[in-house]
This record gives sequence, structure tokens and C-alpha cells, in this order.
Amino acid sequence: MGLRDLSATEQIGELAAGRVSSLELVEAHLDAIARDDVEAFLAVDAEGARARAREIDALPERPPLGGIPLGVKDALSTRDIVTTSGSKMLEGFRPVYTATCVARLEQAGAVVVGKTNMDEFAMGSSTENSAYKNTFNPWDHARVPGGSSGGSAAAVSAREVPWSLGSDTGGSIRQPAALCGIVGMKPTYGAISRYGLIAFASSLDQVGPFARTVADAALLLQHMVGRDPMDSTSLEWPTPIEVPVATDLAGLRIGVVEELMGEGIDPGVKAAVEAALVKAEALGATIVPVSLPTALSGLATYYVLAPAECSANLSRFDGIRYGPSAEADNLLDQYEVTRGRLFGPEVKRRIMLGTFALASGYYDQYYGRAQRVRTLIVREFAQAFEGVDVLASPTSPTVAFPIGDRTADPYAMYLADVCTIPASLAGLPAISIPCGLSDGLPVGLQLAGPAFSENCLLDAAHALEQVIAFDTCPPGLAT
Amino acid sequence: MIDDTTVRHVARLARLRLDDAEEQVMREELSGILEHIDAIRAMDLDGVPPTTHVIELENVLRADEPRQGLSQEDALREARAVVDGSFEVPRMD
Repeated sequence: MGLRDLSATEQIGELAAGRVSSLELVEAHLDAIARDDVEAFLAVDAEGARARAREIDALPERPPLGGIPLGVKDALSTRDIVTTSGSKMLEGFRPVYTATCVARLEQAGAVVVGKTNMDEFAMGSSTENSAYKNTFNPWDHARVPGGSSGGSAAAVSAREVPWSLGSDTGGSIRQPAALCGIVGMKPTYGAISRYGLIAFASSLDQVGPFARTVADAALLLQHMVGRDPMDSTSLEWPTPIEVPVATDLAGLRIGVVEELMGEGIDPGVKAAVEAALVKAEALGATIVPVSLPTALSGLATYYVLAPAECSANLSRFDGIRYGPSAEADNLLDQYEVTRGRLFGPEVKRRIMLGTFALASGYYDQYYGRAQRVRTLIVREFAQAFEGVDVLASPTSPTVAFPIGDRTADPYAMYLADVCTIPASLAGLPAISIPCGLSDGLPVGLQLAGPAFSENCLLDAAHALEQVIAFDTCPPGLAT
Repeated sequence: MIDDTTVRHVARLARLRLDDAEEQVMREELSGILEHIDAIRAMDLDGVPPTTHVIELENVLRADEPRQGLSQEDALREARAVVDGSFEVPRMD
């Protein structure tokens, strides 16, 4: 066992016991990041991280997160550290402020070591849409890590950091967590400030944690939730996030979403999820089938709403105030040529789709109808939660797929998020935990709950994690 | 189905300069995606209101007090061209 094999909680424990310094922990992880066998990082701030670790080591009292390393998705702004959101449109961009969630974690003693690779502007499910490079799945380097937060997931799985931040619009935390065999959580919409998160679809975007244990994810979440005057959609958090300790599921009613256990779900994925549900029953949970009839329409709904919102949000990238730009004789040419050259194919596709869905003559047929389907999905979840406490499903319909397998067919790529999108549309918290292997690759179990049910979800996920006893270490990983 | 005229119109609205090859690929791909999305056009949505905010919040306002914003130096720091403390842009004709 090396330092990198320790969970975040264990690393904090070692620091508290004086057996290791923050600088030693940071160095151990920076060593691995320097090799970065899975190409998880886009930028590394080694000097900044060392300086911060030394500062924390010199404090009379350690802050709650002790001074352990943190990976941050490149969609989150970090002052003076290049932040590209995976796009050539922001090549070399140095933000002038730090995202609130990152600042809160730094305040609590997290040491940002670098920025992780992602699909350009968080649009994608494999990290292959990064304008810079592919990231590899630590379980099989010929396969994708999932996306869009694939760098953050791969970095945690490959033990280059004990934990990291991602953002999730339609599944971009949960799906890569599932494909890399780690824990990922998207909290209730508004739980964490979006200030400093480079916007994709503002009614859906949420920041959340990646970790190798549920307790670690809870700890990271604990220090991020709550109102931020800089984000008017951020919420006063009603009850503090607790680090989960539950050992059974007595009295918990788990609904299994029938629509997400049928056609299109790989048999090996379904089998691993069913095996986990048997374990949940043995821990005292009641398992009942639940129907969300509109869940499968979530994908089509999402691919109207998210592109529509992105087409508005990405209008800010004009090459004038930040980022590179094309030279042109007049302003309109400069806008069009800059955007045409510097956005990648998927981003252009979504801007076009969204602009189309909002255009005069199409608005009511597409955007207006999608907003109404969203209402049906919200209502179906609310009705389901009258009878059950949490809803279970696979996180991803398949295990990690080979690099290049879906890049030629946009819709095949979109299907990767079919299980995660419904909870996103309803703004609900959902967590993915590894629940087994299929063909030697990790399978994720998704648990979703009503708004503000984070503590219940974390407890359930933690109790299940103990009996599933999944080994998060990818085969052949040298630490 | 989306035709070439629609693709060009939408690209102009979106301020995206696409070359001919890109326009053709875009037309094919968008048409393919819309075939799937068209499922929601067949759904019965009579009387269903739209959702814009999933978590209801009311009157989120802050006190109207002056406070420090971005400094001019920070605001201009990443700009491609700055003249006299302003962003420089080409002609607008």
C-alpha cells in the first residue's frame, strides 16, 4: 500500500496523526500526474500545489480537509490557472476569479493540483470531444473513461488524486464514475454554486464530487453546498451533509425503474445491478418495481433543452474579451470565423440544434414541447417518491466502450446518458457507485432520490458499498 | 428533415461560419438527430405547463449596495486587443 492507495478520509487521518505531511502527499500524487498514464490532466499546477501544501503544513491547526490533493474539471474557473473547458476557444485562458465551489474547498484545506480533461464545453459522453486529447479508461486503455468529466473520473480511478470535481448536466459525473469504477454524485439542482462553472445548460448544470468511497464523496459535498450570493439559483442548504455511517437499509423502500432495466441495457450491466439489489434486500431494504413512463422520452427532451440553453450560453465566445480569435475586416466576420474555426464538431452541432429549436417557426414544436415533457418527468418522479424512498437503475446502459466506437454516430453517443438524464431534468440528486464487473469492466448502480435527500442517498450508497466490497483498483495499476 | 437553406439560416443566426462540406454533414447529422427528437412532437401534452425551474425559488434579490466588481485591469487582461482601456473590435459594417 502506497500513499496513493489511501482514501481521502484515510489521508486526512494520516495527516492528523502526524505520520505524513501535506507536501509528501502532494508530491506522491504529482509524481503520478507527471506520468499521467491515462492522460487525465490538461494542466498541472505543481508549484502552486507545493506552495499551498507547505503553507498548510505550517499552520498551527490543520484545516478540515487537511491539505490533500484535489483534481478539478477544466470547466471550473481557477484564478491564474489556465482553464479551457476542453476547447480551443479558451486556449491559454487564465480566469480572473476562482469558482465558488473550488474556493470553498481550498478554504477547507484542499490543494488543487491541476485541471482535468473533458469533452469540449462538457458536451459528450466519452471525453473524445476534448479539443486536446483522449483520456484512457484506467481499466482498459483502449476504452473511453466516459464523459464529459472523463479526466476527473480517470484521475481518481488511476489514483492520481484521491478525489476530484466534475460537472453533470445530463450524466457527466455519474456516467464516467460508473465506467471508471468509482463513486460520483450529482446533488440537487442548486445545492452547489455554479459561479465560476463555465456554463453549458444552466437549468441542468450541477457541480459534484468524484471519489473512491461514498464517505469521501460526502465529505467533499459537505464543504461545497449552500447559498452563494454570486449564483441566484444556489440554495440555502436545509440540513448539513453528514458523512454516512449506515450499515443496513432497514425500512428503506427502493424502487427499480422498469423502463431503465429493459431493452438497450447490456445483460451484464443488468445482472450486476440485480445482484446489488439482492444485497440491498439482504440489508433490509424492500425492492419494488416502479414505472416512470416518460423516462425514455427524457433523452429526446434533453437534446432539445440542453442544446437550446447551450446555444445561448456559448454566444459569449466571440473572441473579443478572452480566448484566441480570427483576424477579420469587420466584426460580423470576426465572430463567425472565430466561432466556426475554434468550436469543435460536437459543440457546433449542439449550437446548431439549439438555435434551430429556438428559431422562429420551430420554438413551439421543439423547445416549448420539450419544456412540457420535462414537466411530465418531474411529476412522474414526484409520484414515484410517494411510494419509495430511492429509485435504482443502472447508471450507464453499457460498460466502457472502445475509443472511436461511437464518434461517427452522434445519437449512439447520446444514448450513453439515457439512464442519467431523467434525474437531471427533474433536478434530483443521484449517486453512482460501482456494483460489480461485466466482462472485467466496472458497472455503476445509480440511486436517485427526491430533492434534498442527499443524506438518505449517501447512507444507502454507503451501506451498499460495504457489502458490495468492490475493489476500485484497476488491474495492473502500479501505485 | 432540414434543408440547405435552413442550415445556412441557422448557422447565420448562431454566428457560425461553416464551409460547404461542414454544411452538408451538419444537414445530414441534424436531420438524423431530429428523427429521434421528433418523438416528443407526437406526445399528448394538452394542458401540461412548461417547466423552467425545477426548484422553486422566490424573489432572489440582494441588497442594492455598491460593492467591488472586477477591476478594469482584470476585465481587460485576457482580451485580444485593448485600446485606451477598452476592448478593440473591427469595423461593424
